[in-house]
Amino acid sequence: MATKPILSVSGVAKTFILHLREGARLPVVNGAGFDLYAGECVALGGPSGAGKSSLLKMVYGNYRVDDGAIRVRDGDEVVDVATAPPRRLIRLRDTTMGYVSQFLRVIPRVGARDVVAEPLIHDGVAPEEATKRAGELLARLNLPERLWALPPATFSGGEQQRVNIARGLIAHRPLLLMDEPTASLDAANRAVVVQLIEEKKRAGVAILGIFHDAEVREAVCDRVIDVTSFGQMAA
Amino acid sequence: MNAHATGAMPEITYNFAYLDEQTKRMIRRAILKAIAVPGYQVPFAAREMPMPYGWGTGGVQVTAAVLGPDDVLKVIDQGADDTTNAVAIRGFFEKTARVATTTSAREATVIQTRHRIPETPLTENQILVYQVPIPEPLRFLEPRETETRQLHALAEYGLMHVKLYEDIARHGHIATTYAYPVEVAGRYVMDPSPIPKFDNPKLDDCPALQLFGAGREKRIYAIPPFTRVRSLDFEDHPFRVQRFAQPCALCAATGVYLDEVILDDKGGRMFVCSDTDYCNERQEAGHRGEMAGEAGRASPSPQPSPLRGEGADGALNLSPTGKGRPEGPGEGTWGVPTTPSSAGDPGSARAAPSGMTK
Amino acid sequence: MIEQPLLIAEGLSKNYGARIGCRDVSLEVYPGEVLAVVGESGSGKSTLLGLLSTELEASAGRVSYRLRDGRLADLASLGAAEKRLLMRTDWGFVRQNPADGLRMAVSAGGNVGERLMAVGWRHYGHIRDEAIDWLGRVEIAADRVDDDPRAFSGGMRQRLQIARNLVTRPRLVFMDEPTGGLDVSVQARLLDLIRQLVAELGLAVIIVTHDLAVARLLSHRMVVMRHGRVIETGITDQVLDDPREPYTQLLVSSVLAA
Repeated sequence: MATKPILSVSGVAKTFILHLREGARLPVVNGAGFDLYAGECVALGGPSGAGKSSLLKMVYGNYRVDDGAIRVRDGDEVVDVATAPPRRLIRLRDTTMGYVSQFLRVIPRVGARDVVAEPLIHDGVAPEEATKRAGELLARLNLPERLWALPPATFSGGEQQRVNIARGLIAHRPLLLMDEPTASLDAANRAVVVQLIEEKKRAGVAILGIFHDAEVREAVCDRVIDVTSFGQMAA
Repeated sequence: MNAHATGAMPEITYNFAYLDEQTKRMIRRAILKAIAVPGYQVPFAAREMPMPYGWGTGGVQVTAAVLGPDDVLKVIDQGADDTTNAVAIRGFFEKTARVATTTSAREATVIQTRHRIPETPLTENQILVYQVPIPEPLRFLEPRETETRQLHALAEYGLMHVKLYEDIARHGHIATTYAYPVEVAGRYVMDPSPIPKFDNPKLDDCPALQLFGAGREKRIYAIPPFTRVRSLDFEDHPFRVQRFAQPCALCAATGVYLDEVILDDKGGRMFVCSDTDYCNERQEAGHRGEMAGEAGRASPSPQPSPLRGEGADGALNLSPTGKGRPEGPGEGTWGVPTTPSSAGDPGSARAAPSGMTK
Repeated sequence: MIEQPLLIAEGLSKNYGARIGCRDVSLEVYPGEVLAVVGESGSGKSTLLGLLSTELEASAGRVSYRLRDGRLADLASLGAAEKRLLMRTDWGFVRQNPADGLRMAVSAGGNVGERLMAVGWRHYGHIRDEAIDWLGRVEIAADRVDDDPRAFSGGMRQRLQIARNLVTRPRLVFMDEPTGGLDVSVQARLLDLIRQLVAELGLAVIIVTHDLAVARLLSHRMVVMRHGRVIETGITDQVLDDPREPYTQLLVSSVLAA
């Protein structure tokens, strides 16, 4: 385990202000703090509504941070997601952070295999090589080959999620954020995802995720951070 | 000369060449600027002339401004001296300037022309005045005057090539056969007026001063003597002039621009010099084309032209191929191919039927 | 890694008499980056695009652009010839109404070839080959090269407009509601094409749209405009998923699943 954390969250606070509801304040987290090291997989725990998903999105920069710091190591640099300018954040996502969400955001007209290959091509891998590796990954996730060329818009929830997992895992990112990656998968495919996560860990990737499935969580996670402890104290 | 002055009415007297001196000075200033900036369209305050637009009001004003009492004037309309338009303009200056007129390109000092450049080479002592319907070569693709001015100012002439590109794309070759755009002195792109592109090479390095007047559009432009004039083209579709398979049927001239003359309703036709003065001169010098004998019988009077005279009759029913018709508004700017199948193709008989100004 | 902005706007304002078109807008666009400008009609986003592209003259403020030689030039200081050269080589402008961006009476090939001829191409065969190549890239069959855009559908016209703009390999393209007025399925195809070309050619794009889904799909960053001002900026997904300003929240909540 590396001596320096790849992700260091400290004193993070977030409150949604709902202007359309007379400025109602919706506290999410307060004083969140934890570290994450290379090669470990950490689950965010706590009941529904405790702010697990929001915290994950803040780490990715998808949600803004009101207070505190989210420091991510990017090579020799450390970038604070809470304050980094947008372009730095975009670059951080390109080099360091991957995000696997529950839902696939469909891109019109692009076939499943190309959707998966895209991050690799973006990283500079030759298109033929990227497509080949995308096919291999989809095969491991048991997506029938006849679907590879089709845009995933019409796929079932489970099929879409497998495409999304493949897209999220295909490129190397030292920090992976996973939001219920196995939610609508059957047992066989859950097992594949567990395998894939294990491989990532062995490659030194740090994983922060939300895993509702206890079996999966126990299989891959090294520890659990209880988000409830960060919640609503200051509200 | 004023034999038509009627009854007790006093004879009408005009200022020399109709226009007042102030107007002529204004036009001369525009001409001087046009000469100083070859190919550039100089706006001028065109006057109402006692003739309709399309009958050469621009050319007439330029001629009036450059004409002196000792000048000898020739007026050509599509190569002929005796069409309505040519006769009217010649008569106009005979009446208002009392200058000598001629049909001979050699004798003339000022030649006003519509649609042709004489075959007889011009000299340093001559001025050629063109009648111009629409002076703006970019108008076809860019209707905004503000924009075309910008394009000229910045020498942005890509658009001109778009027009030629379209020609090739649609017809397989540059089908523009008249009003073929030229670049003058390496700078301005100019519409040479609706002369056949056959005449374009004569614009280049011409010893005579060439002036262009557009009355309706109120523009004057010029090509000073001995100026480089280049017809626009593509590397793989170079500029080429029309060529004719046969010599003139009357004077046997080759390498000149020929008109098609319909002889009967059975498809009979002949090709004769468009430049009647040139043709007559050659015939007088003894040159004989294959139909020269018949034509001679048909119209014994050699002057001004045995074929174009409105009184031409007898054995041959000659159609004057649209000569003398003025170009009306909207007519005669960009070349619609006259005979698309053969225009510009070497070796094919090409002529200018009456569709020329359409 | 020192990245230099391609275009910098500082304090741009535009007044139409007493009415404000745009007030004190500053932004930067980097090479290869897609910036979306969103807002409702009348928010000033089209005015901003006009100012950035120098089609409109600013009442105040300045736009600078990094020329190919690396020099950062104040666009107001460029001569007319230099500016026009820039606009027809290094820039593109894709307009909502294809009739404003195309020559409707000129063939597809002529439309694409115009910029080439403007920069001195004088070989018909080469111009035509290049035009056909670009028509292919925007999914227009080679046998349509001699048809004029009046015979094209709305989606084809937009694709032709894109080819016409990209043929000189510009580095910056302005797009004003490029998918406006198209059927949804046609929109999707066009969006995907733009997305591909932008990535492939490394284009910087400033796209004005009222459609948040378009912004989501195409842009890296976005600015939200209201009453002529920029009220919110950020990474596109951040602004859309966690909008901070009341107006942006309203905008996002008014859209079906953007």
